[in-house]
Amino acid sequence: MKPKAAKTLRAFLVELAVYAILVVGYFFLVLHFLGESLHQLEMHHRYTYAGVAILLIVGQAVVLEALTTLLLRLISGRSE
Amino acid sequence: MFFPISGAHISPIYLAIVGFLIGILGGFFGVGGSFIAGPALRAVGLDWNFAVGTDLAHIVGKSVVAAKRHRALGNVDLRLGLIMAVGTIGGAECGAQLIQMLKRAGNVNLVVSIVSIAVYVSISTFMIWESRKTLRTQKRKIAAGPIKGPTAKRDHSAFKPTTRAIQRLKIWPMVALPTSGIKAISIWVILLVAFIGGVFSGFLGGGAGYIRMPSMVYVLGIPTHLAVGTDLFEIIISASYGTFTHAVKGNVDILIALVMHTGAAIGAQIGAISTQYFTGPKIRLAFVPLPLIGAAIVIYTLITGHKL
Repeated sequence: MKPKAAKTLRAFLVELAVYAILVVGYFFLVLHFLGESLHQLEMHHRYTYAGVAILLIVGQAVVLEALTTLLLRLISGRSE
Repeated sequence: MFFPISGAHISPIYLAIVGFLIGILGGFFGVGGSFIAGPALRAVGLDWNFAVGTDLAHIVGKSVVAAKRHRALGNVDLRLGLIMAVGTIGGAECGAQLIQMLKRAGNVNLVVSIVSIAVYVSISTFMIWESRKTLRTQKRKIAAGPIKGPTAKRDHSAFKPTTRAIQRLKIWPMVALPTSGIKAISIWVILLVAFIGGVFSGFLGGGAGYIRMPSMVYVLGIPTHLAVGTDLFEIIISASYGTFTHAVKGNVDILIALVMHTGAAIGAQIGAISTQYFTGPKIRLAFVPLPLIGAAIVIYTLITGHKL
């Protein structure tokens, strides 16, 4: 394997490991507590639930994209 | 992990892995990946209605990540994406009405199955012919090694003469798409392409990226990299609309979508970045199996009677 490709792969694997730890924490801390309130919202206020659902998924997308970009930048910077 | 909205018990690791794989496909090809996500969610016992609605919600998130990455690479034509979103939403509503009509006539399953198999196989056959022909022509023209870096975005297509003829149609109003390198094209052509994609989306389910992405390349003449990025941007709008309507009907478990998306977020970035290293015809050639997988799933459903 070329040294550059090996470095990229190593940076990616480190990023994946850090990301996995953060995501597992997120599963248990955030989604666990969000579950019941979202369920109640889904049962009683469908339109609000629909709006909240889109905001949540878009918000998560923006945050995770920023997080992965930051992680990759930090890891790549450190390995140089 | 228990998901109270749908009442399902599903492993979050399974969901994240499925999301990751679909994310790679979505980022690379600009498709939603419903043909994999739907069966994958059904396989762990999620009801069909929840599988469809939840998948749409997850597609929104994945497309945001992939479109942001493609935008950073200069692969998104915002003007084109916004026009297409209008046509797609209109088409999706018509497709859904068509399904209702066929349901009343009582032969919805057979008609939808036959139409989808014909469409999937036709797309794959055409794309394999076109991309191979283009690659052969390019090989003859280019004596030097593989194309890498920014030059990978220079797109060639064996279908170019037809595309140029379509671009020459002067049906007012015309619109310029400088990002895509198109001086003027009729807005009606763009809307028609998006509308047809939308009809298939409403008719067959999913985002219908397997129709829209090739249509953007062959009919509108958008370079493949831009077609992928712009399709993802367009999917954000149309899938958000679909998510909202499905959520109102009680078909979306947003918690499942959020968990799936944690994997998709990283997969979509890998897919988007990977497009830099492939030329347009190679991306199109690699795209060929996707509609065939869709066709295989429909044939399986038709033969066994089990909806995947």
